[in-house]
Amino acid sequence: MSQQVERIEKISHQTDKKPIVNDFQIIVATVNGTGSQTANTVLMRALFRMGIPVNGKNIFPSNIQGLPTWFTIRLSKDGYIARRETSEILVAMNQATIAEDIRNLPSGGVCLYPQEWTINREREDIAYYPIPVKAIVSASETPPNLRDYIANMVYVGGLTALLGIDLGEIEAALRFHFDEKPKPIAMNFSVVKAAYDWALDNFVKQDPYTVERMNATQGMIMLDGNSAAALGAVFGGVSVVTWYPITPSTSLVDALREYVAHLRTDPETGKTTCAIVQVEDELAAIGAVIGAGWAGARAMTATSGPGISLMSEFSGLAYFAEVPAVIWDVQRVGPATGLPTRTSQGDVLKAYFLGHGDTKHVCLLPASIEECFEFGWRAFDLAERLQTLVFVLSDLDLGMNLWMGKPFEYPDQPMDRGKVLTAADLDRLGGFARYQDVDGDGIPYRTLPGTDHPKAAYFTRGTGHDEKAMYSERPEDWANNMARLNRKFNTARKLVPKPEVFQTEGTTGALIAYGTTHPAAIEGLDRLRERGVKLDYLRLRALPFEDTTRDFVAHHQRIYVAENNTDGQLANLLRIEYPEYAGRIVSLAYSNGLPLSARWLTEAVLEQERIK
Amino acid sequence: MSVGTARVNEINLERSDYAGLPSTLCQGCGHNSISNQIIAAAYEASINPHYVIKLSGIGCSSKSPAYFMSRAHGFNGLHGRMPALATGATIANSKLIAIGVSGDGDTGSIGLGQFKHMVRRNVPIVYIVENNGVYGLTKGQFSATADMGQTLKYAGVNELPPIDICLEAMAAEATFVARSFAGDPKQVRELLKAAFSHKGTAVLDIISPCVTFNNHEDSTKSYPYGKAHQEILQDITYIPPTEPIMVDYEPGETQVVEMHDGAHIQLRKLDPLSHDPTDRLGAIRLLEQARAEQLFITGLIYVAQDRPTFIDTCHVVDTPLVELREEQLRPSREALASVMTKLGA
Repeated sequence: MSQQVERIEKISHQTDKKPIVNDFQIIVATVNGTGSQTANTVLMRALFRMGIPVNGKNIFPSNIQGLPTWFTIRLSKDGYIARRETSEILVAMNQATIAEDIRNLPSGGVCLYPQEWTINREREDIAYYPIPVKAIVSASETPPNLRDYIANMVYVGGLTALLGIDLGEIEAALRFHFDEKPKPIAMNFSVVKAAYDWALDNFVKQDPYTVERMNATQGMIMLDGNSAAALGAVFGGVSVVTWYPITPSTSLVDALREYVAHLRTDPETGKTTCAIVQVEDELAAIGAVIGAGWAGARAMTATSGPGISLMSEFSGLAYFAEVPAVIWDVQRVGPATGLPTRTSQGDVLKAYFLGHGDTKHVCLLPASIEECFEFGWRAFDLAERLQTLVFVLSDLDLGMNLWMGKPFEYPDQPMDRGKVLTAADLDRLGGFARYQDVDGDGIPYRTLPGTDHPKAAYFTRGTGHDEKAMYSERPEDWANNMARLNRKFNTARKLVPKPEVFQTEGTTGALIAYGTTHPAAIEGLDRLRERGVKLDYLRLRALPFEDTTRDFVAHHQRIYVAENNTDGQLANLLRIEYPEYAGRIVSLAYSNGLPLSARWLTEAVLEQERIK
Repeated sequence: MSVGTARVNEINLERSDYAGLPSTLCQGCGHNSISNQIIAAAYEASINPHYVIKLSGIGCSSKSPAYFMSRAHGFNGLHGRMPALATGATIANSKLIAIGVSGDGDTGSIGLGQFKHMVRRNVPIVYIVENNGVYGLTKGQFSATADMGQTLKYAGVNELPPIDICLEAMAAEATFVARSFAGDPKQVRELLKAAFSHKGTAVLDIISPCVTFNNHEDSTKSYPYGKAHQEILQDITYIPPTEPIMVDYEPGETQVVEMHDGAHIQLRKLDPLSHDPTDRLGAIRLLEQARAEQLFITGLIYVAQDRPTFIDTCHVVDTPLVELREEQLRPSREALASVMTKLGA
């Protein structure tokens, strides 16, 4: 440490501006396919290891190579992790966008760029730091085929010197990234170090941005939501995964494969306790999951909006035939192919009502990596308890970006396998009726195929059936069955995760948000309070709504619903569910492919308050 | 071998233990004949019905699982999507014995993709296509297996060539392909028993006349046509694993195929082509020839025992996944702690 401080002191200062410490945002502009992800995550992890709250967002194209990509790293001493529109520090590594990237800098901003480029330096209100990327890479011992990738380490070294990042933490982050493999660590670090040394000798600091060690991340972890979800599923005992690749859910299954190999594999035989099968399309993915759930496995699939559309018919079948399974919908922007690499909360209504006829599904709404993990295992308990599909509506922002979080808590209850009758139960009972509401909670008993008992079998069908699962077109059988399914859905209201409520004294207005809109809500509420607007806040964690939400809506005269879609889907669902309060619901919905920001939320509420 | 006066099979079940509900299909429907042969074959091969799952899609054919083996779990799923249900159910519990019943619309049209991918994966299932060339439940449209040039009252003239289920299966690297005729119950039964002994997907394309919409003389999917034109490839005898093979044959006329469970299929060749069902190219050639010359060949067209099944390719533990206990499914508290430590600041 002392050595670091000493080295940082060496950088020449030529500014009288008051230092801005741990409260700014870096944007790295690159070309996709050039390996900048390593450099960006290493920077982010180093800052995290220095105890500074960070959040990274990768804004990438639907492309393999050659299109612009931006990666933002927000440092916030106050712990805010929502998207911020403004980045003060630009790392300009893409010649195609550099002019626009510079235009987007605020006054007093910073531009770090390759010295070998001739750029228009017409803006005089920002600080320019050219660094000889090519020369530093050429001087290193990097093999020619890796030079384009390793060039990114030059800006890591440059920023490390410029901002005062601890070089030791950069090395530690590289060790983490390369899983302690000495060769790539050494190769990358040598370039970081060379760039760092060059920067110390040549940069004259003209900007106020700097980092200092804090202890705000002590005991925390950093992970992407898709990995957290996969880990949760692995601890939830998932045993069958069938899927079809689609951005942004693919990395969830990639993580499942890794964790299954690590945690659910017999080291002697190499055989696993979880099958992961890539099938021909999403129709097959959900069909196989339902076949497996019906047979008694903990089965799941992961997909995104277009896949959800294809899963519609099977979802209706599973609802009606009462088959448990879990579907992770890592949402992206629709309609249509839309913005496949951008984030949205646009599948809420679709997932909730997926199917045809009268269909409603349980949906969980994770807002953090901790909840991705928790819902990862809890979704199976709910699905098997309720004998129905459980959707988990994550999104690209949560799923594919790195987030800080508390270490995950081990499941606090044994697995709930639901109402399953064994051969011994059948001996005792003398038989069963598959769709009879024995307990008054709407949840019937089931047997699993392969139960060695003459009374175990029943016939599962998507057609009308009576309590004994026999085909029936009798009007009263249909109506009774649908009434029982509604009873079951009301039971679900009591079992799903309850909302989180933040109450303030003396308020009449309120905010409802969910999922990745939560970070913007938390920060926005603070900004609004500074502007004299105090709001209570309810963070919804699941559908269907339960009493907490009803009471919250009933107790407030004006309820803003903030969400990342165009149609205000959750607001509409609240209006459907609580028509008597429909007039109180004010939708604040916006979708442009990016996560909502606190600034947007603050202004949207203030605008409404002015109209009021 | 008998309890009281009733005859029982090797697992002490009577034939009536394999019965289903009374059929609601039309009188004389080929599908009913097939259901009866499923009952007979499962009884004779001593299949435990408690381990059987009956899967189907949508259509007349797909109703038939209700009409056999009421002691087996059934799942009447979605149109053309039964292969996906079978894929999931068999990997969840590898002990299950899957019987799929589909139709020509269910397999040849809406479900052609799923069918071929199931075959490609070699999902362990006896997959029966009750093929009548017509949509019955919607009152008589052509299916994708209807003959080119054929006329139907409702649908007019079919101007498109038929899809050949067996050829599609062969193209997808099927490991068991047979064609039969609902009007030849003995052949259906012996082929079904052989299929139960097969490791992987066994495709049985059974021409099953629709007596209501497609049973006129000029339809190749009719009883009169089938009875007049069936060209039987082999006289098939299934020999259970417990019984010795007693072959009494002229060399070159009879072929014996050993199945993975130790059963044998004895094939006494009847056709002049002397088809060898272990020859893949020969099987494809035979199907193409039959198609070109409008020959209604029936019998075992292809069988291979060496391709891994879907279960093999999943590389899961030998215990059926549904039988794993919580301690096998949920890693320990320490395992989570160790992952968390690695991810920490």
